[in-house]
Amino acid sequence: MNEKDQNITGYRTYFIVWICLLILTAATVAVSNLELGKHGALTSIIIASVKASLILLFFMHLKYERFLIKAMLLLTIMTIAVIVGLTFSDVWFRY
Amino acid sequence: MNEENILEEKGDYQGSKMGMWLFLFTELLLFAGLFLLYSTFRSRYSDEFHTGAAELNMTMGTLNTVLLLTSSLTMALSINVLKKGQKKLSVLLQGLTVSLGLLFLIDKYLEWSEKIRHGIYPNSAELLQRGKGETIFYGLYYLMTGLHGLHVIAGIILISIMINMTINEKIHREKFVKLENTGLYWHLVDVVWVYLFPVFYLIS
Repeated sequence: MNEKDQNITGYRTYFIVWICLLILTAATVAVSNLELGKHGALTSIIIASVKASLILLFFMHLKYERFLIKAMLLLTIMTIAVIVGLTFSDVWFRY
Repeated sequence: MNEENILEEKGDYQGSKMGMWLFLFTELLLFAGLFLLYSTFRSRYSDEFHTGAAELNMTMGTLNTVLLLTSSLTMALSINVLKKGQKKLSVLLQGLTVSLGLLFLIDKYLEWSEKIRHGIYPNSAELLQRGKGETIFYGLYYLMTGLHGLHVIAGIILISIMINMTINEKIHREKFVKLENTGLYWHLVDVVWVYLFPVFYLIS
């Protein structure tokens, strides 16, 4: 695929994604007011991850990218997960 | 166009996009390190982090989220309309993206200056008196939102250059990878903010 024969994501898709992002923002603010404690933090991280996925998949066209770039992103996320996991395996049992 | 030229052009397009993605991954790792620092300190000083976050202005944080999300929409649309050959509309949408970015920075400026007026800034007497936990919370707040703000400034400069290039026909419906890469960068800045927002404003 070169610059000329790129598929064009429809305007509609972009607007739907944008509205979903705004709804999720309202949702995360609403949830934070419920004072769920530890679950509240988890919920807001999950909502943030859904928002980030929407941006990556549609605004950044990851959905239409070839496999290599998707695999590279997965590798990055896994690297971060390993670093975070190893750090917390220390932090959680230290104090 | 002969086959060699086509291949060259194709490789160029794919290559520059992959280069951009690679750069974006290093950006993700950079911010991930800071988020890791934040979460380890939060598990140590969770009460102080909650007190700190309660003092941040959630309304302004939410406004900034809406501004950045909308700017991502206008950025994506500007590439779309350029592919269809609507140059003027693309320039307008890019200009709108820059304006939304500037509004984001103004909001951030107001927020920071209010905190600084109340004596809350790195190494301030007020903050040191409140103890380690809150000092660390606000240290990370200034560091992370500051670093993100620098990225917003860089994005604004880049998009401004793209506007200029679109006007001068250096970017057009058949040659737009620079605009696409700038868009990727701008969306990544948005992704980082999507995590910064709950982490600093919503944990109170």
